[in-house]
Amino acid sequence: MKYYDKLIFDLSKEGRQGYSLPANKWQTSLSELPAGLLREQDPELPQVSELDVVRHYTNLSQMNFGVDSGFYPLGSCTMKYNPKINEEIASMPAFAGVHPLQPSYTVQGVLRVYKELAKALSAITGMAEFTLNPFAGAHGELTGLMIIRQYHISRGDLKRTRIIVPDSAHGTNPASAAVCGLEIVQVKSKANGLVDVEDLKPLLDDTIAGIMMTNPNTLGLFEKDIKEIAALVHECGGLLYYDGANMNPLMGVVRPGDMGFDVLHLNLHKTFSTPHGGGGPGAGPVGVAEHLIPYLPVPRVVEDEEGTLYVEDEDGQSCGRISGFMGNFGVLLRAYTYILMLGKQNVRMVGPLAVLGANYIKESLRDCYNLPIDSVCKHEFVFDGLLDQSTGVTTLDIAKRLLDYGFHAPTIYFPLLFHQSIMIEPTETESKETLDGFIEIMRHIAAEAASDPDSLKTAPHTTPVRRLDETTAARQPVLRYRDMNQI
Amino acid sequence: MAKTVEGLYYSESHEWVKVEGNVAIVGITDFAQHAMGDLSYVDMPEVDDEVEAGEEFGAVESVKAASDLFSPVSGVVVEINEALEDAPELLNEDAFANWIMKVEMNDPSQLEALMDAAAYEAMCANQ
Repeated sequence: MKYYDKLIFDLSKEGRQGYSLPANKWQTSLSELPAGLLREQDPELPQVSELDVVRHYTNLSQMNFGVDSGFYPLGSCTMKYNPKINEEIASMPAFAGVHPLQPSYTVQGVLRVYKELAKALSAITGMAEFTLNPFAGAHGELTGLMIIRQYHISRGDLKRTRIIVPDSAHGTNPASAAVCGLEIVQVKSKANGLVDVEDLKPLLDDTIAGIMMTNPNTLGLFEKDIKEIAALVHECGGLLYYDGANMNPLMGVVRPGDMGFDVLHLNLHKTFSTPHGGGGPGAGPVGVAEHLIPYLPVPRVVEDEEGTLYVEDEDGQSCGRISGFMGNFGVLLRAYTYILMLGKQNVRMVGPLAVLGANYIKESLRDCYNLPIDSVCKHEFVFDGLLDQSTGVTTLDIAKRLLDYGFHAPTIYFPLLFHQSIMIEPTETESKETLDGFIEIMRHIAAEAASDPDSLKTAPHTTPVRRLDETTAARQPVLRYRDMNQI
Repeated sequence: MAKTVEGLYYSESHEWVKVEGNVAIVGITDFAQHAMGDLSYVDMPEVDDEVEAGEEFGAVESVKAASDLFSPVSGVVVEINEALEDAPELLNEDAFANWIMKVEMNDPSQLEALMDAAAYEAMCANQ
C-alpha cells in the first residue's frame, strides 16, 4: 500500500482549476440578487486540476478497508459481502435513469419492483404490508414509532406516551422514541442476558404505547420468552416494535410477525446485502401487521384492477409523509436483486450459516477470552475482554492490534452491559479458512498480552496512522482545515 | 480498586453527595469516572433549574460511552461547577474533589435513602 496522507487543501495552487465555464452571454450580474443571498467572502475551496482530484481520491481509496478487501467482523453491523450483480442491476439505464416526478405510466417497472420487494419482505418477516420509503434504519424506527403513536391517537387513546426499551438495546431505540415524543422506560435484563419478564410486568399499564425489542438481542441471544412478552404487552393495550438490526440469523427461519410483533423495520444494508454506511444512501423499510396498514406513511404504491400501478398520496389515517418521494430506489433494487438471486431455497440458508460461523469463533476462543454469557449464540456474541485481566491489556488494545494483522476490529465497548465488550459477527459469507485465520490471530494476540503487553498497548504499528488520541479529539475537535494550525 | 470517601452519601447510579447545611454538593464517584474512561464532556443543568431525586439532571460523555446523571436529592440548583465546561478531565483526575452541582434541598430526609461508603463499596464489588 502506498502511503498517502495529504488533504486536498495541501494540493491547492492559487488559480489552478479543473473546469471552465462559458462566457456569460446574458448580461446578468450578481447585483440583481438580494444582498442577504450574497456571500461576503469567497468560499475557501481547494484550487486543483482534474488530475489532482482523481489522484487524490484514488490514493485515498487505496487505503480503505472494506468487505471487499478483508474480514470485517463488526458486531451488530452485519458486514456481509455485497454481491456485484446488485451493482450491475442497479446501473441498468432503465432503472438508473428514472426521475421521481415521472408520470407513473412511464415507470411501471420501477413501481413493480417496489411492490414486489414489499411483498417479498412481508413474506420473509410475516408482516401484512411494507413501506419502503424510510431512508435508513433509524428513520425506519422513527416511522414505526409514528405509526404506533398514530394508532393510539386514532383510537382516542391519548395517555399512551411511554415506551419500554430493554437495557441491552441499541442507543438508536431510545433516541428514536425521544424524537417521536415518547418517554422511555427501561426494562432490565436477567443474568442470562434476556429480558426479565418479572421486571417488565409492573411497568405495563394504560400509559404504555409499546415495547421496542431486538430479537436476537444485542448479545446475539434469542429472546425465548417473546411469546409471553407479546401476550403481556398486548394485554395492556401496547404494541410490539421489532428492531430488525439482528434479522440476519432468522431470515427464512423464524418470522417476527409470528412472534407477535406489530411493527418492524429492516436494515437493508445489513440483512439484504446493500452497501453500508459511509454516509451513502440507506434504506429502512417498515412492515406492519394487518391492523396497522391504514397508518403507513404516504406516498404508497397501489395497484388497480387491471394491474396498473400508481402512486397514492391520500393520507387519510396515515402517520403522514416521512420522505420526499419513495425511498432510495437504487438501494431497494439491490435488496430485491439479492432476494431473487438467493431464491426461496437459499434465503433460509443465510441464518444457519451466520449462526454456525459465530458459534465456531466463540467456542474456539473461549479459553482465552472471557465469555460472560455461556449459551449458544445466534449470528453474533460478546466477549468481556481477555480471560487473564492481570496484564492490563484492554479491549481497545486488542482491537487496535487486530489492525496490524489485517483484520477490521470487532465492535468494542458495546453493549454497555459489560465493561470490556468485544462484539463479533462474522456473517454467513466467510469461509472456514477465513474464520480460522481470525481465530489464530485472536489466540496469538491473547498470547502477546501475556508475553509482550506493551506491544498491544501501543498498537497499531503497521497502519498509516498509529494510535489516535481519541480523548483530545473529543475534547478539542478540529473541524475545519483552517483550524489545523491550532494543533 | 476505585476509592471512596467516608462521610459522603452514595447513590446506586454512582453519584456522591456531600452535605453542607441545607445544600447538597453532587458529583460522580471514582468508580463511575473509571468505568467511563477519559471524559470528553459534562452536560450540566443551569442555576435555578429544579431537580428531582432519581431524575436525570445532566450527562457525562467519554470516548467510550455517554451516561445520564441522576440527582440523588430534590431541590433547586444554586451553583454549577463551570470549570468542567472546559476541563471535563478534572473528574478523571479527582472525582471527589471536583463536584458538578450544588442543590438547595427541599427534602433532606431523601438522604436517608442513599448509601454510606461501606455499602457503596459493597455494591460496586458486585458489578
